[in-house]
Amino acid sequence: MNDGPNLASEPHELRITPRRSRPSLIWLVPATAVLIGLAMLMHTWLSEGPRIAITFQTAEGLTAGKTAVKYKDVTIGTVSSIDLSSDGTHVVVHVSLVKSAYSLTHEGTRFWVVRPRIGMHGVSGIDTLLSGAYIAVDSAKSGKMTTSFVGLEDPPAVITGMPGRSFLLHTKDLGSLDIGSPVYYRRIQVGRISAYKLSDGGDGIDIRVFVDSPYENLVTTSSRFWQASGVDLSVNAEGFRLKTQSLDTILAGGITFDSPKHDRGTPAPEQAEFVLAKDQETAFAPPEGPPSYIQLKFDQSLPGLSVGAPVQFSGMDFGRVVSLDLDYDPDSERFPTIVNIAVYPQRLGRVLRKLPDAGDIQGQSAAPHSQFLGSLVERGLRAQVRPGNLLTGQRYIALDFIPDAPKVAFDAEAMPLTLPTIPSSYDQIGDRVASILDKIDKMPLESMGKRLDASLLNLETTLRQINGQVLPEASKTLKQTRDTLRGMEYWLSEDSPTQQSLGETLLEVQRTSRSLRTLTDMLGRNPEALLRGLP
Amino acid sequence: MKSLPPRADQLGMIRCHICDLVFQPAEEPGKAVRCPRCAAAVHRRLPNSIVRTWAFLIAGVILYIPANILPVMYTSFFGNGIESTITDGVVSFWNSGSYGIALVIFIASIAVPCAKFLILATLLITARKRSRWARLERARLYRMIEHIGYWSMLDVLVVAVVVALVKFRELATIEPRVGILFFGAVVILTMLSAMSFDPRLIWDDEE
Repeated sequence: MNDGPNLASEPHELRITPRRSRPSLIWLVPATAVLIGLAMLMHTWLSEGPRIAITFQTAEGLTAGKTAVKYKDVTIGTVSSIDLSSDGTHVVVHVSLVKSAYSLTHEGTRFWVVRPRIGMHGVSGIDTLLSGAYIAVDSAKSGKMTTSFVGLEDPPAVITGMPGRSFLLHTKDLGSLDIGSPVYYRRIQVGRISAYKLSDGGDGIDIRVFVDSPYENLVTTSSRFWQASGVDLSVNAEGFRLKTQSLDTILAGGITFDSPKHDRGTPAPEQAEFVLAKDQETAFAPPEGPPSYIQLKFDQSLPGLSVGAPVQFSGMDFGRVVSLDLDYDPDSERFPTIVNIAVYPQRLGRVLRKLPDAGDIQGQSAAPHSQFLGSLVERGLRAQVRPGNLLTGQRYIALDFIPDAPKVAFDAEAMPLTLPTIPSSYDQIGDRVASILDKIDKMPLESMGKRLDASLLNLETTLRQINGQVLPEASKTLKQTRDTLRGMEYWLSEDSPTQQSLGETLLEVQRTSRSLRTLTDMLGRNPEALLRGLP
Repeated sequence: MKSLPPRADQLGMIRCHICDLVFQPAEEPGKAVRCPRCAAAVHRRLPNSIVRTWAFLIAGVILYIPANILPVMYTSFFGNGIESTITDGVVSFWNSGSYGIALVIFIASIAVPCAKFLILATLLITARKRSRWARLERARLYRMIEHIGYWSMLDVLVVAVVVALVKFRELATIEPRVGILFFGAVVILTMLSAMSFDPRLIWDDEE
């Protein structure tokens, strides 16, 4: 390297350390960056919504970090993580919601997973086939804030805020009903079942139905609800009956309601309670009231009488058979049948009000009730099994007054009450038929048959004779007779000569008799004329 | 380092950055020296180089945090939308078996920016100390980060292209998210930082 130009011309050093009184403007760049970063942090921190935990039975279809939580189809959060619960019985889904979803964290908010579902009531959640499952939310309007929820396993049938009204139905048997089963009014779907649970005692089921607006006012205080589920094929004393609703209710079940025509009632309030009857007939039947149980003892076998068979009182449906048991009576060495029946005195309606000694039937005490029954037995009330339907062989039990029934002691204190019975008319018919058959059996049918055979042979020859000989002769005779009659007709006709001459003859006879009369008259007056001649 | 030839500074010479003219500036304190040939402003050393580089670098590091935390892309397939950050993308590509793509994204958007931050910081500290340690390697490092600087824009480019390509209405859409903005800003800031660093500072001795 060469020495280059002389640098000694500048004696002083050029490098001056500048005094930095103020920082360079360049620091605005990181300052801005810091501000932006802080702003972002603040933004995320401020927009950080509530974090909640939802428990489900299964995490099927849920993915941490992906599955969305949607309220009214708006994404309001995502599943951040999925853990097993500490006892391993269910899964805990942690969800981070957006800030605006804070109002959805009331206690009572419902969460459920929307998956594709195919049920009797159609297909739902098809879109989730492609997008994957998501968690749907139904907000509760009030309640205290909470961060842990129990998710629903099935989507709720009724979303909060839907216009309409909820009602409670009590039933003994759910049948083919399910959540989402339709509620019909005149076969138009007006609502659906939103929930059901066993009642507190466990002896029935409480069904909650939701009737959509504008149909909610069709449910009145006098409405009757009944099951439209399935096919009702009943064989009873009246014969076969097949009752069905529309085809989809046969498949999926449903509930129908209506009000009696004469009593429309006023719109029922929210949460009004009704009884769900098993069919329309039962629904519109007068209220049954509490049943009373009565025991009957029949000395004969009762084929064709089944549990559920009707009990009729004076032709009114009054109760039904509850049980049939066989008993053994060591004295007579026979096997009587013990029939327990449940009767509903309330069904008698106005009869109860008019009978002076009906007593307090609705009361819990059995005493007046049984005394009343005792007085009826006194008057001849008896139970009898009667054939209801000869085609099916079904029978029913009739409670009726038998005028000349033998007196029977009635124990009013017995539990259950026992009504005296008389043998069924059916059996009496049977006895008579049997005796007739016996008599027939005693007839000498064989010899009778032989003789009948011989007589029949004789009859055959006789008939042959008649055919071969008698009949031609007879026809000849008839022909002759006809000819004779024709001749007679000729003789007897008005313009026949016979008639003419007969008429003339009769005239002659008339004249003759007239002249005879004059003669006799003359002779009467003058008898001497015979001797002397006329004067 | 006695063996090193004298620097232009020691000889009172300045090289113009634009037209490479080497000349002896007329000393006029308080006025910017201009190149007699192309009239560009010339400096012995870039003014405030270290401070400016620091400032850009710090700004870049700060913005690198939201760039990584915030989602850069929103993909929705069949109505199922996911927002994903850069790290998510790398992880999901790796898990789905696309190791190559995962590696490219990782290098371009995570390794390179981090390497730039570290290298620039090292260069700045050593230049400030006028250290003589590994000068040649430091110069090489500087040239390297100058070269790979714009490759970090790969990510921004990918998002831009994919967003433009994938528009299938209901079936699939991809939208950019605010993170990619920060990421772009980080790349720009690191490039500015590298540009404002004067590599000649590496060779300056403490006198």
